[in-house]
Amino acid sequence: MKVEIRVYPRHDVLDPQGKAIAAALTRLGHRSVTDVRAGKVFFVEVEGSDTSEIVRDAKKMAEELLANTVIEGYDVRVVP
Amino acid sequence: MKFAIVVFPGSNCDADCFHIAKDLLGCEAGYVWHKETDLKGADAVILPGGFAYGDYLRAGALARFSPVMDSVAEFARAGGPVLGICNGFQVLLEAGLLPGAVRPNKTLRYICRDIFMRVESSDTAFTRLYEPGQIVKMPIGHGEGNYTAPPETMEELRRERRVVFRYCDEQGRVNEAGNPNGAAENIAGIANREGNVVGLMPHPDRCSEGLLGNDVGRKMFESVVTALAAR
Repeated sequence: MKVEIRVYPRHDVLDPQGKAIAAALTRLGHRSVTDVRAGKVFFVEVEGSDTSEIVRDAKKMAEELLANTVIEGYDVRVVP
Repeated sequence: MKFAIVVFPGSNCDADCFHIAKDLLGCEAGYVWHKETDLKGADAVILPGGFAYGDYLRAGALARFSPVMDSVAEFARAGGPVLGICNGFQVLLEAGLLPGAVRPNKTLRYICRDIFMRVESSDTAFTRLYEPGQIVKMPIGHGEGNYTAPPETMEELRRERRVVFRYCDEQGRVNEAGNPNGAAENIAGIANREGNVVGLMPHPDRCSEGLLGNDVGRKMFESVVTALAAR
């Protein structure tokens, strides 16, 4: 199975990278852009077929390593 | 008096710290490879600057799982003095030995230059030889030094006087102009509650002898020598 873990700056934390990207998009003429937050996606291959267990494990991976929860949020999605 | 200098794959200021401890201060010094767990009877531990694990994922995120970090945490819990410089500070944050986190610099650029900072607390193992309010010039060299913490942590740091250094301008005014990286409340360095664990983004190791044009950083290393002698 594949699981996707998205990690991104929390909404109450300033994201300098997202701000710079938003400014660049605006300069390119994408005038509808009002905000960008830049994050990361981890594509993780796992063994097993119990979706709820995979989600539980993936959340643990995010908490322990992939996200720094002081400044980042995360979400988890099992890819069929 | 013996210093242990932890070496991660990617540390690059370890030899500077070794030189200060051994050649300038006349102390014993030894390197501890990150896979070792024995601090070899050290009285103080330094986590040096560099790019441990290439800063993969986040600066300090992978280094905190190195075997040596369990020993460093235990040493710190027992009251042993631990100094994290730049990347070493990032490792201490990721390991939870100091609170908060660093984000990429506000400018999104790696910044390598001298900054000024005000000594906010001389009540730590590594700052007791500075005067509170003293303005010191030190070099920085980092891409992720933009300190932040949740509001309750910020409040705790203020209340317990655990902010050790704040960025300021040359006149000592803590303001936006003196803040190189966007750090919350101009925080350049903090300590744990007991004052034995200190972390900072600037590099005292790069300004510890006259040959380098600045030796103000040397007092951080001398502070811990006197702190241990006073025990």
